[in-house]
Amino acid sequence: MESLIVSIYVFTLAVFIGFELITKVPPLLHTPLMSGSNAISGITVVGALLAANSDNWELSTILGVFAIAFAMINVIGGFMVTDRMLGMFKKDKKTEQGA
Amino acid sequence: MMYLEQFSYLLASVLFILSLKMLGSAKTARKGMQYAMFGMALAIVITLIISGIVGPTQIIIGMVVGGLIGGVVAKRIEMTSMPQMVALFNGFGGVASTLVAYSEYIRFTGTEAMDVNITVILSLFIGTVTLTGSLIAYAKLQGLLPGRPLVLPMHQILNLLLMLGAIGFGVMNVMEPSVQMWALLIIGVAAIFGVTFVIPIGGADMPVVIALLNSYSGLAASATGFVLSNNVLIIAGALVGASGLILTQLMCDAMNRSLFNVLFGAVGTDDSTGEAGAPGGGEQKTVMRYTAEDAAMIMDTVQSVIIVPGYGLAVAQAQHVLHEMDQLLTARGIDVKYAIHPVAGRMPGHMNVLLAEANVPYDVLYEMDDINDEFQNTDVALIIGANDVVNPSARTKKDSPLYGMPILNVDYARTVMFVKRSMGAGFAGEANPLFFDDKTMMVFGDAKAVITGLVKALKADE
Repeated sequence: MESLIVSIYVFTLAVFIGFELITKVPPLLHTPLMSGSNAISGITVVGALLAANSDNWELSTILGVFAIAFAMINVIGGFMVTDRMLGMFKKDKKTEQGA
Repeated sequence: MMYLEQFSYLLASVLFILSLKMLGSAKTARKGMQYAMFGMALAIVITLIISGIVGPTQIIIGMVVGGLIGGVVAKRIEMTSMPQMVALFNGFGGVASTLVAYSEYIRFTGTEAMDVNITVILSLFIGTVTLTGSLIAYAKLQGLLPGRPLVLPMHQILNLLLMLGAIGFGVMNVMEPSVQMWALLIIGVAAIFGVTFVIPIGGADMPVVIALLNSYSGLAASATGFVLSNNVLIIAGALVGASGLILTQLMCDAMNRSLFNVLFGAVGTDDSTGEAGAPGGGEQKTVMRYTAEDAAMIMDTVQSVIIVPGYGLAVAQAQHVLHEMDQLLTARGIDVKYAIHPVAGRMPGHMNVLLAEANVPYDVLYEMDDINDEFQNTDVALIIGANDVVNPSARTKKDSPLYGMPILNVDYARTVMFVKRSMGAGFAGEANPLFFDDKTMMVFGDAKAVITGLVKALKADE
């Protein structure tokens, strides 16, 4: 029960940090924010690795392997597409020189 | 070794938080995402090393297959299809959580304490709802399902029954943890609920739904963290959950709708947009039709232009030629700005990405609140493929579905130019009285064709 309480603590504080940070993200970057969050929620891969860690081919292992694959799609796909998008955002050269 | 693992997870969590902080500015955003990538790599590598699981080949296979699919999708995806991709990825996040939770469940069936069992149930439920809900959202956005709301008979009662069913099976699972049937029933009910939850929501409201499912995918990851007592999962999931929730709220505000109304209102027409938007009122009103050449002539005399892009611009793939036009205008000393409504495009921030792809610098893109006061001092408001977000009925017409929605004040500009395919109304089905205003010029046609014509005429002038 104690570990559950700790988890609830961590979760609650993290939600507050999330609210504070995300309200400061400009609408300009909301799409990269969403694809970036796709990538970050791929953190489930850590749990999936633990689940798939077995020398026996039990059902739990197989489920873990599928979980790894799905989570990795999010991790790699999410980060790559976010980076691709953010690379497109450029400032006007003229105003940069003018400033 | 235990400490190394925990400190690495802590460092990864800090890097995720920093990356979101750096997303606060376009200058630092890209670097910030690299922090997050590093955090992710660290978490994965440490997990592999500490658990001594570098060995089993199935792990390598899973990682390589997933990584390759993700990489190919990320490289190939069109920017116009970003909403679909995010929807699908939300679903993948959900299914990964369900799989991990179920795997834990069958490994430790009956031996775990009650609180762990409850977190398993939550994880299974949230993950599965996220999966099927996201698949439906994807199908609607991709055009595989009709965009209009699909409402079943007694839809809300069905949803209520499904919720009650999930709670009932959850209670049974806690009482008899060793009976797998209860866990499977929870997954089954959650799968149906995901479908019935998203299917009555119209195509125009999909931005809200993707944002909400984005939040769920984070919560699913968090729930898995609860199951495993793993803090990096809990923190990363909570951050994503908060992010999705804020975006959901922003989208609702931008449409002046409550989340409840979006989820249960079944509002919206077919998203192919009917041509049925005949002007209301008995009197016969006429619009002034102009050509691209006429529009180019007007541009000879003006000093300031604000461009209002809508999704029609992206459908016509006219972003690049539009940027060519704004450069021509800027070269003549005309002040050109873009006004971006929060719901322009098909997901939060979508229009900004579409314009950035066409090399439009982001410092000429303005948010609604920052530019709305400038329209009254502007010579031309050029509206391309947008309608509802500039419809003045939202301000005055109390019985309009748009009433109360924040709009761009294009009607305050000295001249209003619409580039549109037809007289059709927008998603809301509300006719736009601005079409009939004396200072309005209607240029009918495909956005790309019209803007190309404008560019030609402007060039011929030089």
